[in-house]
Amino acid sequence: MKKYEVDVVVIGGGSAGLAAAIVVKKADLNVLIIERDKELGGITLQCIHNGFGLHEFEEELTGPEYVQKFINEARDLNIPYLLDTMVIEFTPNKTVYAVNNKEGLIEINANAIILAMGCRERTRGAINIPGFRPSGIFTAGQAQRFVNIEGYLPGRTFVILGSGDIGMIMARRLTWEGCEVKAVVEIQPYVSGLIRNQVQCLEDYGIPLITGYTITKIHGKDRIKGVTISKVDHNFDRIIGSDKFFECDTLLLSVGLIPENELTRESGAEISQMGGPVVDNNLETTIDGVFACGNVLQVHDLVDLVTAEAKRAGLNATEYIKERYGKEIGKKLRIKCEAGENVNYIKPDLINKTDLLNDIIFTFRVKVPERRILIQIRDNKNKVIYKKKRRYVIPSEMIELKLNLNKLNIDSDSTNLVVEVIPRPEVLIEKD
Amino acid sequence: MIYDVIIIGGGVTGCCIARTLSKYDLNICLLEKETDIASGTSKANSGVIHAGYASPRDYIKRQLAIRGNKLYTQAAEELNFPFKRIGSFVVALEDNQIKQLEEERKKGIEDGIPGLEVILNKEKIKKMEPRLTDEVVGVLHAPTGGLASPYELTFALAENASMNGVKFFRNRRVVKITHQEYVFTVRTLAGEFKSRNIINAAGLYAAQISRMLGLDYFSITPRKGEYILFDRNAIQLNKILFPMPTKISKGILVCPTLHGNTFIGPNAQNIPDLEDISTTTSGLKEILEGAMKLVPSLPVRSSIRNFAGLRAVPEAYDFIIDNTDVYGFINVAGILSPGLTATFAIAEKVVEFLELLGEKLKVKEDYNPSRPKPERFKDFTKEELDKKIQEDPTWGRIICRCETIPEKEIIDAIHAPVGATTVDGVKFRCRPGMGRCQGGFCRPRVIEILSRELKKSYEEITKRGEDTNILIGKTKDFLLNQKREGSRGK
Repeated sequence: MKKYEVDVVVIGGGSAGLAAAIVVKKADLNVLIIERDKELGGITLQCIHNGFGLHEFEEELTGPEYVQKFINEARDLNIPYLLDTMVIEFTPNKTVYAVNNKEGLIEINANAIILAMGCRERTRGAINIPGFRPSGIFTAGQAQRFVNIEGYLPGRTFVILGSGDIGMIMARRLTWEGCEVKAVVEIQPYVSGLIRNQVQCLEDYGIPLITGYTITKIHGKDRIKGVTISKVDHNFDRIIGSDKFFECDTLLLSVGLIPENELTRESGAEISQMGGPVVDNNLETTIDGVFACGNVLQVHDLVDLVTAEAKRAGLNATEYIKERYGKEIGKKLRIKCEAGENVNYIKPDLINKTDLLNDIIFTFRVKVPERRILIQIRDNKNKVIYKKKRRYVIPSEMIELKLNLNKLNIDSDSTNLVVEVIPRPEVLIEKD
Repeated sequence: MIYDVIIIGGGVTGCCIARTLSKYDLNICLLEKETDIASGTSKANSGVIHAGYASPRDYIKRQLAIRGNKLYTQAAEELNFPFKRIGSFVVALEDNQIKQLEEERKKGIEDGIPGLEVILNKEKIKKMEPRLTDEVVGVLHAPTGGLASPYELTFALAENASMNGVKFFRNRRVVKITHQEYVFTVRTLAGEFKSRNIINAAGLYAAQISRMLGLDYFSITPRKGEYILFDRNAIQLNKILFPMPTKISKGILVCPTLHGNTFIGPNAQNIPDLEDISTTTSGLKEILEGAMKLVPSLPVRSSIRNFAGLRAVPEAYDFIIDNTDVYGFINVAGILSPGLTATFAIAEKVVEFLELLGEKLKVKEDYNPSRPKPERFKDFTKEELDKKIQEDPTWGRIICRCETIPEKEIIDAIHAPVGATTVDGVKFRCRPGMGRCQGGFCRPRVIEILSRELKKSYEEITKRGEDTNILIGKTKDFLLNQKREGSRGK
């Protein structure tokens, strides 16, 4: 059995893993990246559209251009990596088992682990679309891989279910290939991806976006022949008499992303309700010395924000090893963060009280779009310690707050914080 | 060449008959209309091996199910397919249902079903199955009830039959049968086959096949059953849970699978179309509501797939296994539940019928009843795994991350006797694409392996045969062809 001893092992060689590994390496620690695909770069490699790098590099890049900068830097720093290598298990004492076809079974003993496995797409089964099970149904990301990486077209006439970003980007991509995209169908009354993608990928190409509808039947016993879409009520139940038929030979699903945490779960780390692991303000999971960043932690809207988060994870893993923290006490005294009104989830899940002097970065998404709101943080005694006005919030955008709780006069005996998005009081008055 | 026996239909019934007959010195071939065996009812059913108490006493299927259940022990040892007697509960939610459970138990014991017991102690019941509803007042526990993976069983049977000389022909839809001078000529969409005997195990199409010889004494109605499959680890069940049976079906069950998933279903809906395996909004709702009565904590949001299968329902509601008026033509039709349970007993019956036809059945000297257990990555210890990868590096390339399937298992599935030729064929044999991502990650890689091993282009690789292609061509080809056509038009 091949064995490695390293300071930090990074599981996943995509945008998150690369950025985290670079930070660790720059701190003069031994780091090893494990990547299951045949090259570094992760899903960003198949995102050949532009719009990357505006935050990180202040220039607009394509996905491959963006991630290549990190691949180059990792190579310049001589960061070792294993390709075509699948982690099959990691243990709480930070032994990682992986396999590949060159070295066989690999055992890596590390002092810290950074989880950067990314996310996967929700499927037809996950949303239980009824009908036949013909060929010609793809998740949007899978179609993207076929078109952009493998160089194959999955079909000619498309309907896309879900207005997630990948779905809208694929609508444009397929139009460029001479395919016809009949419609993008979204069950919510609003688009679920970024507004800029709605404008640049759908509106600019005259692709209809049909909101408040979903697919209620898939037709075609062999290859898909079409879909029936129906208007839904506020419970997402089909409204009878609202059916419309669209002929198509391919259906793409862009119905959400789920952090890929099977390994994390099997290791015994606690997983939060939205699928990512429970982490503290250092991005450390409930297993000592195991950190998480990127889409494995929470689904990000921009890869630039993945990079920023991964750098933090890298830095914290470095500190963990160098100082061995000495912060065990802090881990016992924690403040729990909860998602309140119109907040889908909040990261971190826990704040170590010993870190209260530092800035804490909160990230979250809202459940539904809302205008003229107040972002507010309350403690367990209902004391509002923070509030901020915003003109609007939408579920497709990740909201980030950088706060120093100490300066916000948090009570030292606080145990819980609730982050909530509420209508502004003056709006309430207007309503009255 | 004139075969001794042609079996029509490559479902579990046909394949089990093929395997059972392969013991004897006979020339046998099996004709399957689809691209793969186990493509119809055999791939979309509950996989429950019933204890056998459920059918009325005057039905032949009762005795065959009771016998068939017993035969599973040896068969599973010989054929190495997933099988486990985990036991089943029929769940009574009202006091007045207990009497019915007691009656079933009494009759079952009399008919030789071991271990049947009615349990009324709620604490004991909940200890055996903690997920069961608090409303339970009693259960009929059948410890010999079990689970088999119906398609893996079918593949195992076919592989073993093939090893013992049975010829399998797929993509052979039978369109006409003639009978002259004790020889049948079976015309298919791809060639003619001749034999002295025919066993009609065509499932939903059995009545059509029978009618080709003028035997119009039964009909088959498709009865759809819909299912929802949940992710592994979403909920852990110990027992197969049935509601109280109704006149037409055993009801909507909640059931673990041998791969760690849980499924619910089926409902029962008679339909006119033999190929309508579509699921419906109302059907999915119906099975969810039904299942929730037994297990209220169902992980509704962890569903990974819904599907439907069709039962082949004869009017008389019993199996039709007989030597027909056409000498040498045996019908094995209407094999609905508990058909999977009875399958080995049905095959024994077919042997009897062939003997009645005067066939001298001599056991082959080189008959080998065992089919080796497919090697699985998941079964290996870390040390074994390391050794395996050193011997064959394809053990070290993981293709399906949800189910941890290496390239080697896929290559084995393709090159097995009666091996996989399609993406679904690979999926049902060794599980890539069965997991929570439903092929999102592995499908491009499975296509790559199929294309390489079968020496076909990517475009030629299908989901499950003709008209189910996955990729239509290379990028730009479509655009360039359009342009060419456009300029020609001018």
